[in-house]
Amino acid sequence: MIDLNIIWFLLVGVLIIGYAILDGFDLGVGVIQLFTKDENERKININSIGPVWDGNEVWLLTGGGALFAAFPIVYATVFSGFYIAFMLLLYFLIFRSVSFEFRKFSESPEAKRRWDLAFAIGSFGPALLYGVAIGNIMRGLPIEIIDGKIVSNITFLGILNPYSLLIGILGLVMFTMHGAIYLTMKTEGNHQQKMIDWANKTWMGFIVLYVISTLATFFVAPYLFHGMLKNPLFWMLFILLLLSIVYIPVGLKAKRFGYTFLASAINIASIVGLFAVSLFPKLVPSSIDLANYSLTIYNASSTQRTLETMLIIALIGVPIVLVYTIVIYRIFRGKVILTKDSY
Amino acid sequence: MDQVLLARIQFAMTIGFHFIFPPLTIGLAWMLVIFEAIGWKKKDEVYATIGKFYGKILGLIFAVGVATGIVMEFQFGTNWAEYSKFVGDIFGAPLAAEGVFAFFLESTFLGLYIFGREKVSKGTHWFSIFMVAVGSTISGFWILVANSWQQTPAGYVVRNGRAELTDFWASVFNPSTMPRFYHTIDAALISAAFFVAGVSAYYLLKKQHVEVAKTSLRFAIIFGLIVSVLEVFPFGHEHAKQVAVTQPEKFAATQGLYTSQEGAPIAIFAFPTDHPPTLKVPIEIPGLLSWMAFGDFNAKIRGINEFPRENIPPLFLTFVSYHNMVALGMYFISIMSLAAFLLYKKKLFENKKILKVLMWSIPLPLAAIQLGWIAAEVGRQPWIVYHLMKTKDAVSFTVGTGELLFSIILFALIYILLGSIFLFLLIKKIKHGPEPIAKEALQ
Repeated sequence: MIDLNIIWFLLVGVLIIGYAILDGFDLGVGVIQLFTKDENERKININSIGPVWDGNEVWLLTGGGALFAAFPIVYATVFSGFYIAFMLLLYFLIFRSVSFEFRKFSESPEAKRRWDLAFAIGSFGPALLYGVAIGNIMRGLPIEIIDGKIVSNITFLGILNPYSLLIGILGLVMFTMHGAIYLTMKTEGNHQQKMIDWANKTWMGFIVLYVISTLATFFVAPYLFHGMLKNPLFWMLFILLLLSIVYIPVGLKAKRFGYTFLASAINIASIVGLFAVSLFPKLVPSSIDLANYSLTIYNASSTQRTLETMLIIALIGVPIVLVYTIVIYRIFRGKVILTKDSY
Repeated sequence: MDQVLLARIQFAMTIGFHFIFPPLTIGLAWMLVIFEAIGWKKKDEVYATIGKFYGKILGLIFAVGVATGIVMEFQFGTNWAEYSKFVGDIFGAPLAAEGVFAFFLESTFLGLYIFGREKVSKGTHWFSIFMVAVGSTISGFWILVANSWQQTPAGYVVRNGRAELTDFWASVFNPSTMPRFYHTIDAALISAAFFVAGVSAYYLLKKQHVEVAKTSLRFAIIFGLIVSVLEVFPFGHEHAKQVAVTQPEKFAATQGLYTSQEGAPIAIFAFPTDHPPTLKVPIEIPGLLSWMAFGDFNAKIRGINEFPRENIPPLFLTFVSYHNMVALGMYFISIMSLAAFLLYKKKLFENKKILKVLMWSIPLPLAAIQLGWIAAEVGRQPWIVYHLMKTKDAVSFTVGTGELLFSIILFALIYILLGSIFLFLLIKKIKHGPEPIAKEALQ
């Protein structure tokens, strides 16, 4: 018997991983843009993701839609609970989305600089906020189920706790590393060397932050480790994580940038995977009563009929998406070449 | 001010602003499919120039559409949590389907269209704009599926305190989906036709890019006339007939029919009041409404008086927005007919008056779209899902009025800023004009 709820847990996970890997490097490029002074380098940075960033962002929209369709209770509870944080995220994403075309249509260097800044801040904000959101979910949210109704009392200040901020910074550094590694494939010469330096430095920062975060999680959310030592999936992902993270500086040194990028992508996938394995079958743990009040893939889901219908939609749609996405990535592979159509 | 009112203001503002851009995207994309095809197949440098120029403008319009569209995907969860819990089993599926079948397609291929002009073959490049047009139209379809389900819910049963799916296809093709799909997509085509016609008219008035402008104006007028006529008949007519059957309260409110009658008249003009429901200074054609809705001059149409007071929509806004939309629709047919006639007489390109009128008409289809949407959504009130859930029960009760005010003010400021910059850049681009493509580049 196939458990559709588990399949949808996996599928939402795949969408989140897809988003984190693909838009992750867009966000990282944006963060690097904030610290790039050279006009030409900034132009290359933004154009390196020019043809693909919009398609990458669709993973977020589809993830949101899939969460709504498969686990509407989670969609409603978390998004309304994180109201102010979510609005901030939307404002950042709005500015990032318009910055590309607005930059292209602006002619003066000052105007172009302004839109570079909008692109950079619009990437920095989400790169930080995604981790903050994950951190809060790991800690558990103040959710109760009273008379069969879900009651949550999430406050904006409650979201801004040290642990979640730590996870936020971890995410920020991870995306920045991922973006720098992406740019090593897209740049040449001095610019490329700078990106290699960025990748190496953020790699060190990432390792330090990852160790601190893991230790902090032992204290803040110990339940995430229950039963993990006996879970082969956990170990598999953990080994994958170790291998990919060890490979990154090796690959950079050997100038195998494609493989390094792949390693960085695997690193992100295993981190999200580890989070998912530890959380399963919960989706949103309750900080009030973990065992009884948490939102799980069973008590927060749509009906079996909807999950089944949605699965058919996904099985038809996703392979097609993957095919043309890969084709278009192949068309735009290689170094950035600036033309009149560039941003 | 209460949460419900504030949440409604925010939704109306964010969707209203967003809804300026997708219609232009859909319409322009389809026009570009034709422009680029002629430029490519016939190696026609004028059409290739037109294609490249409006292609760039499409990129700008699309970007603001994407930026404002992200908000819509999440706002059901942030501001309408009770609604999301009640309808999630049904309403989430079209949104997810839109992502998988449409957003990926349009976004991915738009990147190829904009960046691939010099990089891929002419055929592949044409295919990319075709996929943008298909993707944006499918996107419109799934959004209309979701919204139409709110208007005329089908394929569900209310169980466990929520609407649960029983029949997917019945929910997708609920009674109002297809009438509203045709009506809305055709409106998008009209908006693009007027946009291209208006921009071309501007060049002719300025005596710039004359050759290009004549070609694009000729095309936009013929195209615009066809889609403007189709919008009223059959699409508008069929949609109105459907509303008369499936949502009689809304139908009565849009038509200003406040007491049931046989041989109901059509009100061409009137000034409606809510308390008591009356039409002041009406100009009416007797019997016509009955005939249009049910094909019988004597058919009885139910008036507002037949429905409980607490279940009828705001009468003034519904009537006024609907009637202004219809008036604009008639204007579109008239102006396009006149322009087509002058074109046939070979007098259009010199006629400054009509060129000016065309130029200033650019925003009118977008206004008609907004008015039509207001009539559709306000006319459904007090329900968020017709006869199933009231709007006042649907908001996120955990989101306070302070938080709502904060987000509304920020959205207003950001959208005013975006809208102004968008207009500034668009007008600058139009003034700069198309860059001619040499014939040799097409070989």
